[in-house]
Amino acid sequence: MFSIIRSIWLTSLHMFRKRATIEYPEHKAPLHPRYRGRIVLTRDPDGMERCVGCYLCAAACPVDCIALQATEDENHRRYPEFFRINFSRCIFCGYCEEACPTYAIQLIPDFEISEYDRQNLVYEKQDLLISGEGKYPGYNYYKVAGLDAGVKNKGEGDNEEPPIDIHSLLP
Amino acid sequence: MNETLTYILTIVGELFSLLTLAALLIWVERRMLALWQDRLGPNRAGPFGLFIVVADTLKLFFKEDWIPPFSEKAVFVIAPAILVITVLLSFTIIPFAPGILITDFNIGILFFLAMSSLGVYSIVLGGWASNNKYSLLGALRGASQMISYEVFMGLSLMGVVMLSGSFSLRDIVEAQRNHWFILLQPVGFVIFFIAGIAETHRLPFDIPEAESELVAGFHSEYSSMKFGMFFIGEYLGITLISAMVTTLFLGGWLGPEFLPPICWFALKTFAFILFFILLRASLPRPRYDQLMGYGWKVLLPVTLLNLLVTGAVVLLLKN
Repeated sequence: MFSIIRSIWLTSLHMFRKRATIEYPEHKAPLHPRYRGRIVLTRDPDGMERCVGCYLCAAACPVDCIALQATEDENHRRYPEFFRINFSRCIFCGYCEEACPTYAIQLIPDFEISEYDRQNLVYEKQDLLISGEGKYPGYNYYKVAGLDAGVKNKGEGDNEEPPIDIHSLLP
Repeated sequence: MNETLTYILTIVGELFSLLTLAALLIWVERRMLALWQDRLGPNRAGPFGLFIVVADTLKLFFKEDWIPPFSEKAVFVIAPAILVITVLLSFTIIPFAPGILITDFNIGILFFLAMSSLGVYSIVLGGWASNNKYSLLGALRGASQMISYEVFMGLSLMGVVMLSGSFSLRDIVEAQRNHWFILLQPVGFVIFFIAGIAETHRLPFDIPEAESELVAGFHSEYSSMKFGMFFIGEYLGITLISAMVTTLFLGGWLGPEFLPPICWFALKTFAFILFFILLRASLPRPRYDQLMGYGWKVLLPVTLLNLLVTGAVVLLLKN
């Protein structure tokens, strides 16, 4: 009996507490930098696309919402011919970001992607590409890869030794 | 002629204000619940979110009014009406202010008890006619809960009747000119209030509905305005019990001169409506057998004891 009265009293005291509600369109909750929202494709410091079209994101996606087709330019640099994410399917799990070997695909703290038409939720490559580097500034995949794709010559990358001349006897 | 006109005006005014109040209580309840749960509640549509009432009503009207093919159709349709009718009929005996009273029955309290007993039919018939096992379980629980709580609801009022010497609510209010009956009958007051909560099957005694166990209890199969009738009936029931508590224990429209009597009545009633909502915000639902055990093993003996003591004191003072 006493506990009932006590709980009524304690509940009534909640009248004077601070409200937990954030009135959304006027006030917005602070989102953490690693909040998983809208998916973007980032560029490397030189302004080129980071994506190398390896399909790992599409393979990791549990709802199969990523579709892409890889191709190569004249320097044998791989890039996606098209890159399509269906946000009406996406569950924002972030597996694609984890799978990406080149930090190309990233989830950013933006969730305001509502549309009146479901078809408008299918984002093409030009909608996904941003001009910045996202969460990993200064990273350029082709600078650390052994491949020469027009970014650097063989042996001139970061942490890369010059190729050994197998025809020379010098140490 | 003039008397008839006032009479009709009273009825229409009372009906209008009660139904408006019941609709407004949707908003009041949601805002107050939010207040006690550190939220804001509906505050977008219109000033303070008041238009949520209109929106809710419109939504209910435009919902498909589905009568299940497996139901007992006639009974299914009548059941929600019974609830609203019985509650509205009970309001006829409540003296809102000296002049505002529809009928001054000399058996007012008995009429109120009779009507609240009839209200059980709406739950039983509604649950039975739905032909759904959850509805039936809810109806069974509702019937046993309401019938057993009715027993000491009536008995707890007998103390008031003894003190005022009348079943008429107007005489009972007049008898409280010196001191309200809550001072003389605190036990009767508490028991009547608890029984009142059980009678309106509000939380924490919402066992006939018990959404975590029985979907929505006796009104699982109801939709559109038929559900709306149950909804409005529940809010009317809260208002009725609050008004009855005010009338019987808190001196009805009696109060200091600076406010008109109707304001005093409304204030007291509204305070109790808020308390109903506070109870919903704070207390968990007891188990079904706990509820019955509490009723028959605790409340009934206490009520009888209260009755005995009151009777003895009244007799003693008379001699």
